[in-house]
Amino acid sequence: MKKTYKIDVDCANCANKMEMAAKQTKGVKNAVVNFMTLKMIVEFEEGYTPDTVMPEVEKNCKIVEDDCEIFWKK
Amino acid sequence: MNKKQKKMLYRIIISSILWLFFSFLKVEGILKFILFMIPYYIIGYDILKKAFKGILKKQVFDENFLMAIATIGAILLKDYREGVAVMLFYQIGELFQSYAVGKSRKNISELMDIRPDYANVKIDGEWEKVDPDEVEIGTLIEVKPGEKIPIDGKVVSGTASLNTSALTGESKPAQVKEGDEVLSGCINLDGLLYIQTTKEFTESTVSKILDLVENASSRKSKSEDFISKFARYYTPAVCYSALFLAFVPPVVSLILKVDPQWSQWIFRALTFLVISCPCALVISIPLSFFAGIGACSHEGILVKGSNYLEALSKCDTMVFDKTGTLTKGVFEVSEIKVNQGTREQLIEYAALAESYSSHPISLSLMKAYGKEMDKNRISQIEEISGHGIKAIVDGNRILAGNQLLMEKYQIPYKKEEVDSTIVYVSCNQQYLGAILISDVIKPTSSQAIQQLKKNGIKKTVMLTGDQKKVAIDVARELNIDCTYSQLLPDQKVEKVEALLKEQSKDGKLAFVGDGINDAPVLSRADIGIAMGALGSDAAIEAADVVLMDDDPLKIVQAMRISRKCIRIVYENIVFAIGIKGICLILGALGFANMWMAIFADVGVMVIAVLNAIRVLYTGGYHGKK
Repeated sequence: MKKTYKIDVDCANCANKMEMAAKQTKGVKNAVVNFMTLKMIVEFEEGYTPDTVMPEVEKNCKIVEDDCEIFWKK
Repeated sequence: MNKKQKKMLYRIIISSILWLFFSFLKVEGILKFILFMIPYYIIGYDILKKAFKGILKKQVFDENFLMAIATIGAILLKDYREGVAVMLFYQIGELFQSYAVGKSRKNISELMDIRPDYANVKIDGEWEKVDPDEVEIGTLIEVKPGEKIPIDGKVVSGTASLNTSALTGESKPAQVKEGDEVLSGCINLDGLLYIQTTKEFTESTVSKILDLVENASSRKSKSEDFISKFARYYTPAVCYSALFLAFVPPVVSLILKVDPQWSQWIFRALTFLVISCPCALVISIPLSFFAGIGACSHEGILVKGSNYLEALSKCDTMVFDKTGTLTKGVFEVSEIKVNQGTREQLIEYAALAESYSSHPISLSLMKAYGKEMDKNRISQIEEISGHGIKAIVDGNRILAGNQLLMEKYQIPYKKEEVDSTIVYVSCNQQYLGAILISDVIKPTSSQAIQQLKKNGIKKTVMLTGDQKKVAIDVARELNIDCTYSQLLPDQKVEKVEALLKEQSKDGKLAFVGDGINDAPVLSRADIGIAMGALGSDAAIEAADVVLMDDDPLKIVQAMRISRKCIRIVYENIVFAIGIKGICLILGALGFANMWMAIFADVGVMVIAVLNAIRVLYTGGYHGKK
């Protein structure tokens, strides 16, 4: 399953770091951060749901870049 | 400017005034330290906080850390003015970057802004504006002059001319009337239209295009991957070098029993840190691609990813499908050979005789005649299957058909030796002449091939299912290097695969088709270009680049934008790495001061961003922006 989330981050390098962090999160098959459109596309692994994975993704992104936001809550 | 940026602007203004003021004050010692700490705190508190948080989370090598270390280092060396200045300039650079990126993000989105904001729907007898998302299939919507058609549908009543340029890049308005299908994203220029929707908003053309373009820059190019990898090693490498620079030379000096000059080496190390930020690279490369994709979509060229834009610039072999790509794919009268009487009479008789038929050949004859036809002039129409038509026009017996028809009625006709379809016409046993009908080459095809060759295409190939002679004629006229004819669809795939094997390592092969039954070839080629694909989901799905109209010159345009985009990307890579490299060396040798370091960081970034924006202004081929 693939989902697109709006994000907020200030610098391009931080966006790259967020992408790396999201990719390494458990349950994430692949993640792409698009700094120009401020979007994060997350592909989830089989058996994982966005509700359980996204908090982890957010936590990991906050570690590498404190000043970032992922709008995944409805 | 947004709220965050404005706040930063105030911080910059206040701290630079304070900084300037304190610089002229003649105070020394602890008082000077305290005074300079005020602007330092105002301008840098967030950086310090982020750097501290970063250390706690074991994420040390980021820009915040670098700036914090560099400025604190300068302050410890009692160079308060410089310390504050570095932080100040760093923040100015950051602000500029954020402003420039935000601005270009907005510019580019405006280029692609075809999203309709509302649909006019009748609710309880009143027309009301509603979110297009909420409109169900089959709803009647009203589109007033100047409004955007929000959802695909069919015109129920009204006529109007539509501006389709947002979809196709074509500036000529299209006329629509009752019963016509209309696509969302077109702008109604004059009339009032009532449209019954045939799709949901999310399935409408405009949503599909937006989706495609917005996701395009998420497919990253090799250059972008290279830069992210580079940045991952570069920052730590520079940090360790700085550490090395700060300690090793002084320690070696100590061992050699010469003056270690601690402060000088530490200062050089700090300069190093300031230069090191990879931002110029990391921002300018995706920005260039984003701008390139934006510029393309403005021209009615949808590129599905940065990687395809990059591949397109390296394309050196272009394979074309013939029918519908280089030729119009519709039959037209290409030549009229008069034997007796006038040209007009010949075409008039042929058109009248065929006027009751809806065969493509008949349609092309009527189109060539081009006038209203009085059907009362025709009588006793008889269609002779496999031969042609026999009819009485104005009391004359007209025969219009192939050579079999002429032979059957023993007309003394002249056989034409061409491969196109021929309609022989006779009147009362007199042979009038022949009308040659063929699939005509698009008016811009020849120019497109010529321009492509100028723009770096080394080999042009044409594939067609048509007869060899027709294919060779077209290829000769268009100056195409290589032609393969009488191919079945799967043989086209085989040919493309064979051509792919012949490719050099760096060259890319593009296939251009009209999206009708060549989807397998489109996906097999390095770059599949579908043209005239407006409204054809299968083609949009299979292709990597979608031309919204069917003008082959658009391919040239796409190539020009892609090549300019890649050139700018390389310029930025070489420029940024080059300047930073030089400054790093100068810094290590002690020739670069903090100001030079700031330029290497902020200045390079500003120039790289401005350079990237240039992609947007690749002039349109037709002279429009």
